[in-house]
Order: sequence, then structure tokens, then C-alpha cells
Amino acid sequence: MRQILRDAAFTIRVRLLKCSCLALVAVWLLGLQEVSLAQRPPTIAAAANLNVALTEIAKQFERDRGMRVDVVFGSSGTLTRQIRDGAPFEMFLAADEEFPDQLTSAGLTRDAGVVYAVGRLVIFAPTGSPLMVDERLDGLSRLLRAGGVTRFAIANPDVAPYGRAAEGVLRKHGLWDAIRSRLVVGDTIAQAAQFSTTGNAVGGLIAYSLVKEPGVAERGRYALIPETDHAPLRQRMVLLKRATPIVEQFYAYMQGAAARTVLINNGYQVPQ
Amino acid sequence: MDWAALRVSLWLGAGTIAILLPLGVWFGRLLAVREFKGKLLVEALVTVPLVLPPTVLGFYLLVTFGARSPLGQAFEALVGHSLPFSFQGLLFASAIANVPFVIQPIQRGFEAIPSDVRDAAASCGLTPWQRFARIELPLAWPGVLTGAVLTFAHTLGEFGVVLMVGGNLPGQTRTLSVAIYDRMQAFDDRSAGVMAATLLTISVVTLMTTTALSRRVNPHRA
Repeated sequence: MRQILRDAAFTIRVRLLKCSCLALVAVWLLGLQEVSLAQRPPTIAAAANLNVALTEIAKQFERDRGMRVDVVFGSSGTLTRQIRDGAPFEMFLAADEEFPDQLTSAGLTRDAGVVYAVGRLVIFAPTGSPLMVDERLDGLSRLLRAGGVTRFAIANPDVAPYGRAAEGVLRKHGLWDAIRSRLVVGDTIAQAAQFSTTGNAVGGLIAYSLVKEPGVAERGRYALIPETDHAPLRQRMVLLKRATPIVEQFYAYMQGAAARTVLINNGYQVPQ
Repeated sequence: MDWAALRVSLWLGAGTIAILLPLGVWFGRLLAVREFKGKLLVEALVTVPLVLPPTVLGFYLLVTFGARSPLGQAFEALVGHSLPFSFQGLLFASAIANVPFVIQPIQRGFEAIPSDVRDAAASCGLTPWQRFARIELPLAWPGVLTGAVLTFAHTLGEFGVVLMVGGNLPGQTRTLSVAIYDRMQAFDDRSAGVMAATLLTISVVTLMTTTALSRRVNPHRA
């Protein structure tokens, strides 16, 4: 009797396995279809300094025009690499002019694009940090000499234009060599901002646009860095070859009054 | 909470199992019962993804299938989109990354079956398929189950390859683990927290289910 029961259990288990395998394959095929065929809004790629401003502009665009775009944020360098490797973005808003120019010379863009904003850097110190912030970085250099700079956040200069600008500022003030071993380097300027606003670093050189948000501004103190202390952060955007009409409209919308107002409110200068 | 990301994660987990489980049972059993020349090398190759940094896998996938490579261009001409930065590409990467997680437990499962049992089954006149389906597979079942669960759990947690090969596209390649990173960078700690808790819950429940199931399958071990 026990043997019979055990046999039956074996058979059932084997059937169960076969059924579940079949079910998995079926589910998978359905899923593939669903994931790839689902109507997704077009995707655009944007430099991480736009995290706050562009999210707001995209929302406004949806309200005003009834069309949606999905925005993926990253460092300009990473996004450029992804576009060259075939990522399906339809538009690219960079943090500088060099990365979009690379795409233009590779023949991946409609045209050379336009400069839509000029960004600024700030030195930020979270509440409770010993770092005094000022536009000439005197506080930073004093704290550095006193050995009080444990960690200082910037974005990766290789892939993030804001990181490159931060390096320029530190070099200009002769602090680069001394601070190098103390740097925590974010993949994007948003990650550098994350490090410095959460108190995981004594401070950082981050995008002005990211500290304008009330939720972030109240986490510490900051001072604007003079524009003349680094190469200008002229930010260019380009339409990529595969751009669809919705994204073409968004490209135009970015240059309109509504978007410009949001950019200005978020600390950018907007070219005439 | 990013529901699209949860869906992508779950589909990715299920899809990886669907691809790897049949393959794992076939190959795991082969490795368990057969001796052949170069088996050591084959076993090492099968295990390599376990010790390889995900970035290495990501690098090779992008170089091999990226839009600038001949293979990538051929794929794009055939399918209409590139393999990287698509769900299919993610599935492909995930299948490679999970090979050791599915093969190893299954191989151990089949290895634990004494050869006497197999011989006895053969001398009873069972065909090879019957032997496999009625004797071996039920005995190796805990290994198969472990392989499936490890694969699923590991896929949910995969981050490096997903970010490199997938590129964080909402609804397509933005998995839950990437969405957490994305929300953190957007200063959206609340969403990140909710999603982290979701992943933690799914992982614990998955592992608990497996333990419970393998006890039921193998009561004398409990």
C-alpha cells in the first residue's frame, strides 16, 4: 500500500514538474510579448544635474500637451557610451557640449543641437559638518590643512562634466593634490550630491540645480562658485536620429517659455 | 513604488528559470553521470560566472553585441532593435550569469543518486526516459528546486550587469534593484525604502518557501 502511494506521489511530482516547465515557458513567451509590445512613452536621456528641473518640465509637458516622455538620468559620459552602443534614446540632454558633439561627429544625431542651459557649481556642507562654505574655498583649504577633511564628494571627472568642473575649481585653488586622496567620487553629479547632503562626506562640489530643491537645501549650507573659476558648464541637447514626433515636440518645448522658467528657477542661466 | 520595475524583475526571474531549468537538468545530469575528457575544464567554465565580476560579463556583452559590432548590427537588422538595452538582452545576460546557480545544485542532486539505483532500474526493464522521469528526477528534485530558487533570487538581486547592459529603461530594463539606485539619486528616499523592503520581503519569502518545500519532498532529512 505504502509503495503504491509512493509511486503515485512520484508520478504526480514528475507531472507537476512537466506542467510547471510548460507553464513557465508559456508565461515567459507571454511576458516577452507584453514587455516588448507594451506601449511605452519615448525615452530620452538626460544628465543627472537635470534630475529635479527636467522631471518638473516633463510633468508640465504632459499637462500642457497631453504627451508623455520617460526620462532616464545618468552621467553625460555613460549616456553617450550607451547611445553609441545602441540604447534606444530619442534625445540627449548633456551637461556639456563635448559629449553631444561626439555623437554628432559619429553621425548619430539630427544636427548639432542647441545649448539649452548653463549650469553652476556650489560648495555644499551638510548640517553638522565642520566645513565652512565660501565662494573662494577658504574654509575648505583651512579644514584640509587642519586634517579635518575626511571625505569630500565630487562627480567622476571622466564621465560627468560637473565633476570635471569641480576638478578645475580645486586645481585653480591649488587644493587638488592635497584633497585627491580624500575624494569620494560619484558616478553622477546626483550621486555626489547624495553623498554630500546625507552627511556621508564633510561636503562636496555639486550642481546648483540639485540644491535648489527645498528638501535638499534644508539639509545644509552652500555657496555659489564663481563661473570664472571653471570652464563654463554650457549644456547642449541633441535630437537623435530615431527621434519620433513626440520627442521633436519636447525638443521644441524645452526651448519655450515654460521650460525656460523652470530652468531659471532651478538655478540655470538660459541662453537668449 | 515602481510597479513596472517590479514586473520587469519578476518576468526576468521567471524567464531566466524558463531558459535555464531544462538546460540545467540536462547538463547537470550529464556532468553527474558521465566521465569525459576535459570535464574539469567544462566544469570550471560552467562555474566561472560565479566568481567573475558582473562588469566583465557586461563588458563582453556590450563589445560583442553593441551597435558598433558586426554581430550587434546583424542582430539589429534581424530583430529591429539592439540586444543590449532591451529586455531580451537582459534575459540573455541574466541566463549567462546564472548558469552556475542552476547547474551546481542540480549536478549535486544527480550525483547523490547511487549508481546501484540506476542499475537496478535498468535491470527492471525501464527505458532510459522512464528511469530518468520516475527514478532519477524525483530523487534529484531538491537539487532542481534549489537551482530554480537560487536563480530566481539571484536574478532579482542582480545589479551590475543590469545597469551596464540594460541601461535603466523604464518598463523594459529598469528592474527593482536598479530602480532603488535610481530613486536614491533622485533624493526620493521614501520610494527607495518601499522598494528595498519589497525586495527584502520577496527574498525572505522565496527562501522560506524553498526550505518548506524541500522538507516536504524529503521528509527524512527534516
